Amino acid sequence: MTSSVNQEIRRVLRDHARLPVDVDQIADHSDLFQAGMTSHASVNVMLGLEDAFDLEFPDHMLRRSVFESIAAISAAITELHAGAAA
Amino acid sequence: MSIAVDNEQALLNAVKGVAGSVAAANADDVDRSARFPSEAIDALRDEHALSAFVPTELGGGGVSLETIAQCCLELGRHCGASAMVFAMHQIQVVTIVRHLEPDSWFEQYLREMLCPDQRLIASVTSEVGTGGDMGRSIAAVTPAGDGLVSFEKQAPTVSYGQHADDLLTTLRSGPDAEPGDQVALLTHKQQATLEPTGTWDVLGMRGTCSPGFVVRGTAPEAQVLRAPFARVAAESMVPVSHILWSHLWLGIAEDAFDRARAFVRAAAKRKPGEPLPVAQRLSRLMSELSMLRAEVDSALRDFIVYSEEPGRERLSTMAAQLRFNNLKIAASEHSADIARGALDVCGIMGFKNDTPFSVGRHLRDTMSAALMIANERIHETNAGLLLIAKEV
Repeated sequence: MTSSVNQEIRRVLRDHARLPVDVDQIADHSDLFQAGMTSHASVNVMLGLEDAFDLEFPDHMLRRSVFESIAAISAAITELHAGAAA
Repeated sequence: MSIAVDNEQALLNAVKGVAGSVAAANADDVDRSARFPSEAIDALRDEHALSAFVPTELGGGGVSLETIAQCCLELGRHCGASAMVFAMHQIQVVTIVRHLEPDSWFEQYLREMLCPDQRLIASVTSEVGTGGDMGRSIAAVTPAGDGLVSFEKQAPTVSYGQHADDLLTTLRSGPDAEPGDQVALLTHKQQATLEPTGTWDVLGMRGTCSPGFVVRGTAPEAQVLRAPFARVAAESMVPVSHILWSHLWLGIAEDAFDRARAFVRAAAKRKPGEPLPVAQRLSRLMSELSMLRAEVDSALRDFIVYSEEPGRERLSTMAAQLRFNNLKIAASEHSADIARGALDVCGIMGFKNDTPFSVGRHLRDTMSAALMIANERIHETNAGLLLIAKEV
């Protein structure tokens, strides 16, 4: 489950994060902002994630720390799905 | 409790005193000569106002941000440049106090240098080549051996740079770091050089003396504030800047309004009972002023509430970023509108620079507001955030 979510996150990052390195070179826990994702690009990543996973991030989740790594994004998406299921 | 309240009131009274006497007396000369308001800043030093926000256990006054904001407003009523210098210094102090690590060099700095010596801190945040984006740096913290680090930064403006005792400079965290991976480094006057790259002959806020410089510095590594600057900016530096600036712009607008009101009263006394169309303009101006007051006040209260929440997480949300960006846009535009409205009321008596109703300085000073972190740039940021933020 997590690995397919992470693959999809990587696809969104490849399309929208405009990183100076290939997404495959970035570990799940690496800091995406330190890797060069700008605030501007992060907005497009969030939009791309909402579209890809058919969800909406609530305002309290729209924080830098929630989108700072693939693992953090994955956790946020899992949390939202769990909330939707419950 | 009552001691704390007394502290707040004592500082506010002291700053009001400085504003109404020393700052007011020198405001026109500071403006005309585009010179640093040294009398007012020295008087604030005498009142220990430069360390007012530092916690008492570190030797400071321990006053609240609300009181600091009120001080900015009071100074703004009498001298925009003095108010801006005071506000920008406080922004650096608030940033350091909120993000220092326990037992770090910064604690020692506050206790042993800033508080006893009333040192004035300037910030070096903007940089040539970043398109006005404070969240990116080109210059980097560069290891210089023996536990020292150095940097060279092309700064398009450094407010009161040549008059500051210390500089807080944003830099990439290392030579290999990405532009958005920033930290702040504090250097003392003797640890840095400022090579002027321009002049400061401007329309308003002339006394802030903010030309461009090439800033070079070398300092021990301990003087790097290790908290990631992205977090420092979101939780403190950006919202506190907008809040303190807005308070001083409100102060300038209030004084412009007071001058317009004095003009209308003088006119009414000259011709008692006769219709006075200009009085209605004053009434419209009052509505605008009360809207500005409400926005400035509510933004401050929101910030205090968000700051007291665990982890200050709400301050890092896009909704909070939009909230304080909106304050900045509203306060910068409305303060200039009110100064302009006061000129309409006072007419030629406001246009002249040497009457009790002169509002030229108010108008020129408030026109700088839209440029300090340019409103156009903020709208560009907001436009992006609006695509994703939900409750705005």
